[in-house]
Amino acid sequence: MKILVVDDFSTMRRIIRNLLRELGFNNIFEADDGQSALPKLQSGGIDFLITDWNMPGMTGIDLLRAVRADPNLAQLPVLMVTAEAKRDQIVEAAQAGVNGYVIKPFTAATLQEKIEKIFERLEA
Amino acid sequence: MTDKQPSADARIEQARALLAALERGDDESADRILDDIGRVRETLMFQEVGKLTRQLHDTLANFSLDERIADLTENEIPDAKERLNYVITMTEQAANTTLNAVESILPFAESLREQSNELSAQWQRFRQREMPYEEFKSLTQDLAQYFDVSAGHLQTIQHSLTEVLMAQGFQDLTGQIIRRVIKLVQDLEHSLVELIRISGRRFKPSGDSVPETKSEPLGPAVPGVDKNTVQNQDDVDSLLSSLGF
Repeated sequence: MKILVVDDFSTMRRIIRNLLRELGFNNIFEADDGQSALPKLQSGGIDFLITDWNMPGMTGIDLLRAVRADPNLAQLPVLMVTAEAKRDQIVEAAQAGVNGYVIKPFTAATLQEKIEKIFERLEA
Repeated sequence: MTDKQPSADARIEQARALLAALERGDDESADRILDDIGRVRETLMFQEVGKLTRQLHDTLANFSLDERIADLTENEIPDAKERLNYVITMTEQAANTTLNAVESILPFAESLREQSNELSAQWQRFRQREMPYEEFKSLTQDLAQYFDVSAGHLQTIQHSLTEVLMAQGFQDLTGQIIRRVIKLVQDLEHSLVELIRISGRRFKPSGDSVPETKSEPLGPAVPGVDKNTVQNQDDVDSLLSSLGF
């Protein structure tokens, strides 16, 4: 399972990478915004996308929309891990087709729960 | 289209033509001449209205700049103070979480090291066949106990290390808040420069002088400052489940 973690803060990417490793995921790639993430996704092989929202360049919500608009990526499961806390924004992400939404600061247990839930749904 | 007041000659000419048309009962020509005269008036009036509109637009643009500065000083600067205070709170919390975790780990690490040193010395004696049977029996018990205790200690250490890991999330969150405050300071600077330009040289503000921040991401919600936000993951989950997630 190849996972792409997109966040402009390298500290947050390291946190998520370490948590994923504890959960048994070792094949992890990183990008620092939507613009650098999209080519990595388009070149294929990524099975799961974890993205922040607030990033310079291309934001996470725009990345999500680009993913859903691309026929090759439209089915890719996307988990948003972000500090954006407005109700309108969560609704916006849901409408754009996000599979899960984790609000920062989060716990290791929350991340695990949301990831498991996404995969359960995909298998169902 | 005529854009200047017609000359006196042209107007006299028009008046004569109108009179002639009326005298010979040619209503159609008379109406046409009257329309021509009216059109000139209308054009002049439109130009005046245009000028007034331009002035109004400039005034409103200046006004919105004033509004922006008023908004910055009345709302956003006090908000920024709250945001920066929140940064202090968050960094303090993260430092305390990290220090607590380290302080809780250190005694465990120390006791594991002591016990393994002790057992290692005994094990050495056993390997060199210097150990009586009775002592060996007690060594096996000590070893069994050590395995139990160390498993528990290591689990606690792992748990605390994850806490240290998660606490580092403050760097992302405070970074986003500080970036937002930096942008606010830039906005304020820009608005003040623009204000000086207007008052000093009577320039109209350029179109981009009123920064639009509404559609951009907002960063972490700061308690007591940001409205209509979720408080925690449970709020997110219930909102999403109300949307059919």
